[in-house]
Amino acid sequence: MQGPTDLDITRRDLLAIGAVSMASSAVPLVAKGQETAAQSPVMSKVSFKVNGKPQALRLDTRTTLLDALRDHLQLTGTKKGCDHGQCGACTVMVAGRRINSCLTLAVMHEGDSITTIEGLGTPQNLHSMQAAFVKHDGYQCGYCTPGQICSAVAVLGEIKAGIPSHVSADLTAHPQLTAMELRERMSGNICRCGAYSNIVDAITEVAGRSE
Amino acid sequence: MKFDAPAGNNPIDQQKIVGRATDRIDGPLKTTGTAPYAYERHDVGNNPAYGYVLGSAIAKGRIASIDIVDARSASGVLAVLTASTVGQLGKGEFNVAKLLGGPEIQHYHQAIAIVVAETFEQARAAAGLIRVKYVAAPGAFDLAAAKDTAIKPEKITGGPPDTAVGDFAGAFAAAPVKLDATYTTPDQAHAMMEPHATIATWHGEQLTVWTSNQMIDWGAKDLATTLGIPRQNVRLISPYIGGGFGGKLFLRADAVLAALGAKVVKRPVKVALTRPMMFNNTTHRPATIQRIRIGAGQDGRITAIAHESWSGDLAGGKAEATVRSSRLIYAGANRMTATRLATLDLPESNALRAPGDAPGLMAMEIAIDEMAEKLGLDPIEFRVRNDTQVDPEHPQRPFSQRHLIECLRQGADRFGWDKRNAQPARMREGRWLIGIGMAAAYRDGPVTKSAARVKLDDRGIVTVDTDMTDIGTGSYTIIAQTAAEMMGVPLDKVVVNLGDSTFPVSAGSGGQWGATSSTAGVYAACVKLRETVSRKVGINAADAVFENGSVRAGELTMTLADAAGTDGLMAEDAIEFGELSRKHVLYTFGSHFVEVGVDAATGEVRIRRMLAVCSAGRILNPKSARSQIIGAMTMGAGAALMEDLVIDKRRGFFVNHDLAGYEVPVHADIPHQECVFLEETDPLASPMKAKGVGELGICGIAAAIANAIYNATGIRVRDYPITLDKLLDGLPQQA
Amino acid sequence: MKPFTYERARSPADAAAAAARRPNTRFIAGGTNLLDLMKLEIETPAHLIDVNDLALDKIESTSDGGLRIGALVRNTDLAADARVRRDYGLLSRALLAGASGQLRNKATTAGNLLQRTRCPYFYDTNQPCNKRQPGSGCSAIGGFSRPLGVIGVSDACIATHPGDMAVAMRALDAVVETVQPSGKTRRIPIAEFHRLPGDTPNVETTLQTGELITAVTLPKPIGGTHIYHKVRDRASYAFALVSIGVILQKDGSGRVAVGGIAHKPWRIEAAETELPRGAKAVTAKLLEGARPTHDNAFKLTLVERTLGAVLADAGARS
Repeated sequence: MQGPTDLDITRRDLLAIGAVSMASSAVPLVAKGQETAAQSPVMSKVSFKVNGKPQALRLDTRTTLLDALRDHLQLTGTKKGCDHGQCGACTVMVAGRRINSCLTLAVMHEGDSITTIEGLGTPQNLHSMQAAFVKHDGYQCGYCTPGQICSAVAVLGEIKAGIPSHVSADLTAHPQLTAMELRERMSGNICRCGAYSNIVDAITEVAGRSE
Repeated sequence: MKFDAPAGNNPIDQQKIVGRATDRIDGPLKTTGTAPYAYERHDVGNNPAYGYVLGSAIAKGRIASIDIVDARSASGVLAVLTASTVGQLGKGEFNVAKLLGGPEIQHYHQAIAIVVAETFEQARAAAGLIRVKYVAAPGAFDLAAAKDTAIKPEKITGGPPDTAVGDFAGAFAAAPVKLDATYTTPDQAHAMMEPHATIATWHGEQLTVWTSNQMIDWGAKDLATTLGIPRQNVRLISPYIGGGFGGKLFLRADAVLAALGAKVVKRPVKVALTRPMMFNNTTHRPATIQRIRIGAGQDGRITAIAHESWSGDLAGGKAEATVRSSRLIYAGANRMTATRLATLDLPESNALRAPGDAPGLMAMEIAIDEMAEKLGLDPIEFRVRNDTQVDPEHPQRPFSQRHLIECLRQGADRFGWDKRNAQPARMREGRWLIGIGMAAAYRDGPVTKSAARVKLDDRGIVTVDTDMTDIGTGSYTIIAQTAAEMMGVPLDKVVVNLGDSTFPVSAGSGGQWGATSSTAGVYAACVKLRETVSRKVGINAADAVFENGSVRAGELTMTLADAAGTDGLMAEDAIEFGELSRKHVLYTFGSHFVEVGVDAATGEVRIRRMLAVCSAGRILNPKSARSQIIGAMTMGAGAALMEDLVIDKRRGFFVNHDLAGYEVPVHADIPHQECVFLEETDPLASPMKAKGVGELGICGIAAAIANAIYNATGIRVRDYPITLDKLLDGLPQQA
Repeated sequence: MKPFTYERARSPADAAAAAARRPNTRFIAGGTNLLDLMKLEIETPAHLIDVNDLALDKIESTSDGGLRIGALVRNTDLAADARVRRDYGLLSRALLAGASGQLRNKATTAGNLLQRTRCPYFYDTNQPCNKRQPGSGCSAIGGFSRPLGVIGVSDACIATHPGDMAVAMRALDAVVETVQPSGKTRRIPIAEFHRLPGDTPNVETTLQTGELITAVTLPKPIGGTHIYHKVRDRASYAFALVSIGVILQKDGSGRVAVGGIAHKPWRIEAAETELPRGAKAVTAKLLEGARPTHDNAFKLTLVERTLGAVLADAGARS
């Protein structure tokens, strides 16, 4: 058992009330002077294309690209798994490059072209990567899946473009299309159901077809 | 339908559709992002408000005061609710801690308030303006320190806390070869990819929640209980679930607070727990301390075996049943198990994929490896010598089927076990020390009541409604396969609707019971529908053949569409299990084989090969069943190598509470995985002759990895996870 | 996240001046760490200046044969640049060992230097942290410290700089170029860029208020064998427990920088003279005065062993 004296008592806003216990405030412990009073949201206009379609939005500047897609454009194929760039479920492509849409503000994307999972294919007309994921059972719960697929499509492009990876043996050579390369490059997309082995099989099949 | 006699020949045995590797029928939706998860129901009411949950900043104590004035007046805020504003709440049957804390605080990040605002950004910002003063109380946060205060719980999952047969102490003392070792497993998180999320809306007294929940009926009941409203006033809908692993078995704060918020603001309210809050707010697998003693003769036969286990939970919680399988798996005349439960003030402990066995086998399957080595026996041979076909504590109770030895032998052949050097630390490739290890896998195959409704329409479409859930397990597809096989229609003529509390109550997804129970429920409903169809067309159901979309008996053939007519036909039934599953031990078995490389300099462990051979009755869909196994192997790799909810023992919380701090395996950690199922059926399990596979794969895999690391390095680590810092001192000296 | 106003800067000097004018302003480029921290209200800027339009995204050769890397060059592009891959392999390797493909596509050269610690207590605003709230105390000392610093630590803070790129930059003797609110530019050697925590762990670099990084320059290539070895619990997408960047010349001389152990990329030039005597000798000097915790003392052994492996590897390759 830990006694109250083991609790930290150096905190600025810690104050004792009562004889045997102490209280502390849970105002977030942020640096002094940074605490700002409640303010109205700052609204800003932004226009970009999503899956080829122009969109003009008026958004709170705090809105991430992810929340703009999900809550404002109702494009919920892009998933929020962690909102902190730690899982990859929110992966989309901006100007062909995959990014975590949770760690970028919508207002920073004026004029950009964004591709989400909805822009790759539809249930009736699957993209080859989507079809390969179905065939190889490269998913289970399906929540990380759109991010995995967007990432997979982008990864093949990155290899084609000659971008090296951590496991590329020769930095100056064109990277190879090996299972190990795919695993390293896909590592920013966590799948807790553990479909990794099948996902690599799916990507390998698509890569083989497009070679 | 009562299942109280071994299954005879039935339409499932045709295996035209069941038993065949089948793409998931929900695949096109999931891969295109069009499967709607809980937070994504744009169709359920426009203009939703957003809820943001505030968690407690202390682990134990009480709220002295909570000032919501600034938050309430913040831009866009519609309501701020706390325990003191919402009135008396009940507590669900399956919850230990309250889902809305205050004034008493039971654990860190226990929800204490929800802010409802026009936008997510506004709700989140306003939550930061709530000022809370706490009176902190001392708490117990360290299992090792609390071990001696642990008590014997009334029961554990599946039986009593303690069992004893023969004279363990005497036999152990007399045994010529002995092992007495203690193992520890850490607290672990589910870390499913979809955070707990709910949209709630009220129409008068009727509450509807779209949520992410594995057990629809439990959730609806507990939500009603918590809110103090009649069960029939709650509808819970959960057709797509972004992973659960036991973390979504129960009602959680998102659903309760969304419902409370929606009531107050008279609009739909959406709430998702934030990732950094999930680890301490929700449940987790508790840490364990396990002592295992095994005594054997020089002939390699176990004469004494004991497994004792300690875990902790909040007061009123339950013990981790790690010893459960140790009562059943290895022979030995003298045996005992014991379970003790400490009261800890950490977040609530509860089920995580294969509760009990996952950590239990992490210990036992190392112990068996250690014991085999002491005996100078191959670990497979040691297991074979101590196989039993009956429950060793109750020898009159046989296993319905037990093909553990076949799993071990087949695995050894396929993996190239004969190439393993039994002497540890003898294989090296460049910087890598190479090791091969194995473990047995075993997990019970429970069955439980499950109901379904089946409809046939005038297009010949068969529609199944059941409140079963698909948490990534493939329920949609195996249910469709079952209905298609039973009614003699192709798969694309079956529609499956899941996860709605207005549907018949199913087994739900948990405890590895879902697949066999829920399909058996669909089987039962289909048997009834076949009878209904037969009656309608005037034939004897026993003579009716359902195939190619028609029903046939003698000279008569009629399409199911015509048979259904414009009014359609419907049948509902449940499967109920009788004495069979009590008179027999229903278990699933397997073997895990692993090859690892350990960096000779840094101690980093990388898995190079993985194989599982599994025995689980009929495999309904080999494609998704294989995914269940390899997915569980992946989670087990995490348990072996990295997963560890680290406790701050001063402040009483899990410190690494996000996905950067709590590492789970990524693509680069997992090699190509092999999974083989034995061809078999188990007529004692259910009419489907199937058992579950969702949990089997995580049982034993971590120990197989640990045993491979030992084989690679000669270092025996008994404290999970096996991180490099535990290996460094034992690695070879550098030149 | 607190509300903030937002503008897109038109020139580096304007950006710096604007940042100095308005209190509590932050620049945003990739945003991959800043937004993460803003969501948790660890960073609470009232104004954001988006610098992405500043055309600082070029990699150019310098007159002395080195490279000038624009502040906005994305990690992916820097790692993939043919000159970097050929002449500064250590930098490519360090970048590719960090984060994920998605994050490297967004994260910038300047932002990467400025990324803040991953100490879990810094990330939890309920916990005292001198870096987040000066004077509140350090929760990591006496708490969970396995991933944290072992050298250059203080009683106020044992956090580490979590980056990989900066370790390579340190070994390569990079220089950080900035523009100040006055419009003046200056060049800060990388060794002087990051600070040790001391009594003010909240002050992480020697940048002044409003000062904007415009580029990082690398001196002309020094050749040698470049190796970056990152040690972590999982195989990818994880911060380093320890990372070692080495440039080894044929004559046995070389450079060693270490990540994951201190509040800044750790390099002791004097230790490099020990290279011919091997990893043990180098590590003894490199880690002299280390103050590890019980939980992270293994890092001392790990540095020595990893360096040993790297030197053996470099020897085999050269």
